[in-house]
Amino acid sequence: MQQIPFLTLITFLPILGMFIILALPRNSEKLIKVVTLAVTSIQVILAGVIWSLYNYTLGGVNTQASFQFVERFTWIDVEGISWLGRIKVDYFLGIDGLSAPMVFLTAIVVFIATLSSWNIKESVKGYFALFLLLNTGIMGVFVTLDFFLFYIFWEIMLLPMYFLIGIWGGARKEYAAIKFFIYTLFGSIFILLAIIGLYLSATETLADGSKVHTFNMLALMDPQNYTKDGILSPLNPNNLRLIAFLALFIGFAIKIPMFPFHTWLPDAHVEAPTPISVILAGVLLKLGTYGIIRINYPMFPDITIQLVWWIALFGMINIIYGALVAMAQKDFKKLIAYSSVSHMGFVILGMAALNTAGLSGAILQMFNHGIITSMLFLIVGVVYDRTHTRGLYDFGGLATTMPIYTGFVTIAFFASIGLPGFSGFISEVFVFIGAFGVESIRIIAIISTLGILLGAGYMLWTLQRVFLGKENPKWAHLPDLDKRELAMFLPLTFFVILLGVYPSLLLDLMNKSVNTLIEFMFNSQAFFSVIIK
Amino acid sequence: MSQPLAYFFDSLYLIKPETSIIGFLVLILLYDLIFKKEKWLPYISLFGLVVTLFLIIEQYGYNKFAFQSSTNFGMMAIDPFGAFFKIIILLSSIIVILFSILSKELDVARDRMGEYYTLIFGMILGMFLMVSASDLILIYIAVELVSLSSFVLAGFLKNDSRSSEASLKYIIFGGVSSGIMLFGISILYGITGTTNLYEMNSLLQNFDSTNILMILTMILIFAGIGYKISAVPFHFWTPDVYEGAPVTITAYLSVASKAAGIVLLIRLIKSTFVSQKDTFGYWEMIPAFDWQGFLIIISILTMTIGNFSALWQSNVKRMLAYSSIAHAGYILAAIAVLSDQGLVGVMVYFIIYLLMNLGAFLIVIVIKNKINSEELEDYDGLGYRMPLVGVAFTIFLISLTGIPPTAGFIGKLYVFIALVDAKMLVLAVIMLLNSVVSLYYYVRILKHLYLNKPKAETTDIELSFSLKLFILVLAVPNIIFGLYFAPILEFVKTSLIILGI
Repeated sequence: MQQIPFLTLITFLPILGMFIILALPRNSEKLIKVVTLAVTSIQVILAGVIWSLYNYTLGGVNTQASFQFVERFTWIDVEGISWLGRIKVDYFLGIDGLSAPMVFLTAIVVFIATLSSWNIKESVKGYFALFLLLNTGIMGVFVTLDFFLFYIFWEIMLLPMYFLIGIWGGARKEYAAIKFFIYTLFGSIFILLAIIGLYLSATETLADGSKVHTFNMLALMDPQNYTKDGILSPLNPNNLRLIAFLALFIGFAIKIPMFPFHTWLPDAHVEAPTPISVILAGVLLKLGTYGIIRINYPMFPDITIQLVWWIALFGMINIIYGALVAMAQKDFKKLIAYSSVSHMGFVILGMAALNTAGLSGAILQMFNHGIITSMLFLIVGVVYDRTHTRGLYDFGGLATTMPIYTGFVTIAFFASIGLPGFSGFISEVFVFIGAFGVESIRIIAIISTLGILLGAGYMLWTLQRVFLGKENPKWAHLPDLDKRELAMFLPLTFFVILLGVYPSLLLDLMNKSVNTLIEFMFNSQAFFSVIIK
Repeated sequence: MSQPLAYFFDSLYLIKPETSIIGFLVLILLYDLIFKKEKWLPYISLFGLVVTLFLIIEQYGYNKFAFQSSTNFGMMAIDPFGAFFKIIILLSSIIVILFSILSKELDVARDRMGEYYTLIFGMILGMFLMVSASDLILIYIAVELVSLSSFVLAGFLKNDSRSSEASLKYIIFGGVSSGIMLFGISILYGITGTTNLYEMNSLLQNFDSTNILMILTMILIFAGIGYKISAVPFHFWTPDVYEGAPVTITAYLSVASKAAGIVLLIRLIKSTFVSQKDTFGYWEMIPAFDWQGFLIIISILTMTIGNFSALWQSNVKRMLAYSSIAHAGYILAAIAVLSDQGLVGVMVYFIIYLLMNLGAFLIVIVIKNKINSEELEDYDGLGYRMPLVGVAFTIFLISLTGIPPTAGFIGKLYVFIALVDAKMLVLAVIMLLNSVVSLYYYVRILKHLYLNKPKAETTDIELSFSLKLFILVLAVPNIIFGLYFAPILEFVKTSLIILGI
């Protein structure tokens, strides 16, 4: 379509930045930060260019022609290995309406996180090198359309994350880091198993007519590509598709994190340094829901449609449970962490609705939650930087000492509660419209609305405890936001309000793809049921 | 010329690599005896290994028997599969000899290095024979040759009591298990009336059910092989010997002699127990012994016990010893598939295992040279004091865990593909869970390198340029092959030819 490989650039630029940083001397801290900032700014610009060139009429999801910014090259091609025949892996990138919002979100959040990393003092070189490596991993997962590549990007994130939490984290950083590492690796081995099963069960017909096993996600979505006796083939009466679906689902659910796989999250969040919490909550959690939408849904439509009730149920548990636990917290950061669990529940609920409104709401909620929760973690970071405490009862009346800060806090809290006019409202409304529209999960949706109430409860209570009320004399001289902090909050606030009043900006972007996905799922399910009969 | 004599001369031509090893063994011995100069010995050894490498590459495509008997089967099978593992053995020997030049630990024994290199060549000869042997007698001799050389090498630092202890333990375990193996061989000879594996294959074709005697025999023979590859329950010597022996020898035992043992096992199964191969590369087995069930159990035990024991170790060398037991378990899982696909897994895994495991041992040697310790707690904060060592160790450990984008992932991937395709899902899941367990202890090393702050001194430790280069030579391929593994697959593909069915 076009000559410039935008997606390769936006994905691998951070790696280039990492090498530059590694080549710089250890004490040139300023330069290292500038390089990182330059890289992430260019990513934001590239994301903007991609957005402006984006074609709203193409749906993507299951055909290469309808993807945009496609780059596809043969990466590995070896013929005649044992019976496996030809082994072929493609370097295959492309975006559609499902991944484009995530690419933009990543670019924005990582940029903000870079600003927030400015006051990192210890081993600056290592920090920013790992930060950029993490950046590549996240971006890569969103843009790749080849399973092999997907898994590589997926796993590249683990090691930098381990070090970023483990070296620059808080008091119990070692425990949190290893817990995160083991938990997510545990999840990804299930993903790997499912990937191998899919690889062995399907073949792709190449241009020359030969059939080879494939890691191409689009080919794996096509029910016609499955071989008769593949273990994950719908044609095989003894297939293990349910198990593979669950393996993938659990692998992704750990990242979301979905109850009961959420226990790593509070630890990781609380111990991670602020910018890493921002990335973790802002983007990393979305990888899980993105994976389900991109992989589970189109590759296992038959199973997905059977299990929507359960998916919705777990969404509901996430919403209610996350909110209740958040309410009980005494630590500001932990509260925000559990609020993430609750808000990711809305994404799961929206996904389970399997209709345009629900799925659009889910993707919109992924984006909005990414922005809002980044703000919330920055808010905690600001107060922690100044006071080195996060206890909700240690403060009071901050509104008088830090008025500008409190202004942003109020916006972020109200957006998080889902007040009309802010972005969170739109996505929650869409999720509920979608979920109410489906008879089988209506009751679950009704119960889930309680989550909004609870959310308002803990957010307003926090506002009251920390920012209103009697001024704590200990913190009477706290300085308000400086320029750098303003630079972090302003763009995020801009998006929160922009998407609150003009959500079509993103909805139009994903609309075609969402519809294509739903249509494709029901078509292939129909195809499967014909085969089974 | 009479026919047997012609066979004999043909065979001499086929065993050029072995002959070359013998030649250099004698040369090193004589040089040491006459000149008593340590300085040139490693270079002569390296030269000998490179020459041998060329000889193997030259006869790479051969697929025939050496020392044929009248029945058309021979004592040795010279085939690409064997050549592949001979190349692996040679590469690891080259790397280990380079290690030996670097290692400060060996400095106390520099005046005895002639013996050291001679013994290494003795081991190489033994391993070459193990790789090619297709006759029980030769198998036994080869195993003994490797064992005897390695007993002495394990105790090479004779003034260090741990090294002597290692050697003694090794001898006792080795002696017992090869004795048991010999007993098994004698029963097998009693059952079949032949010592040649290929002849046995045709004789066993009429076994249509399992046979108690056969089960007993195979378990007895496996004791010898299992001891070589440190498969559970024949692994008890491994941690002590690996911990006590000089690091160079530990590294060598963990790669080269394991490779030889694995090939021996594969050849025993493939040439003796396979009746035919189906179109998908799966082997149809003679039902005399249930190799699949047996290997699955051994493999699960080996990887699980290896990994769980490694969790508690505080000595890095000992931890790597248990980790190498676990890796033997992964490789046995691939063999248990009993198909060509499984062999692809084994071969891919071994090339990568060579890179990552020797890399990890190189780092242990380098750190030992600098801080004179292998204890985990002395590694605190070393990642900051030796940046390159820290990064390289991270790469090796992540590769050993099997996480992309390192080569270790590709190794595991091909084992998994073989397992999943054979529908051995339980084994695949157990292996995957094992790699999660292994993550914990590998990352524990990283934790000491980076997360724990150094105790006293924080000065940077400088490395020489050649050492840095050497570390990079092992570390960079771990990333490159993780991202572009086509060359490995090509090499494995051309080597996947085993003499016989």
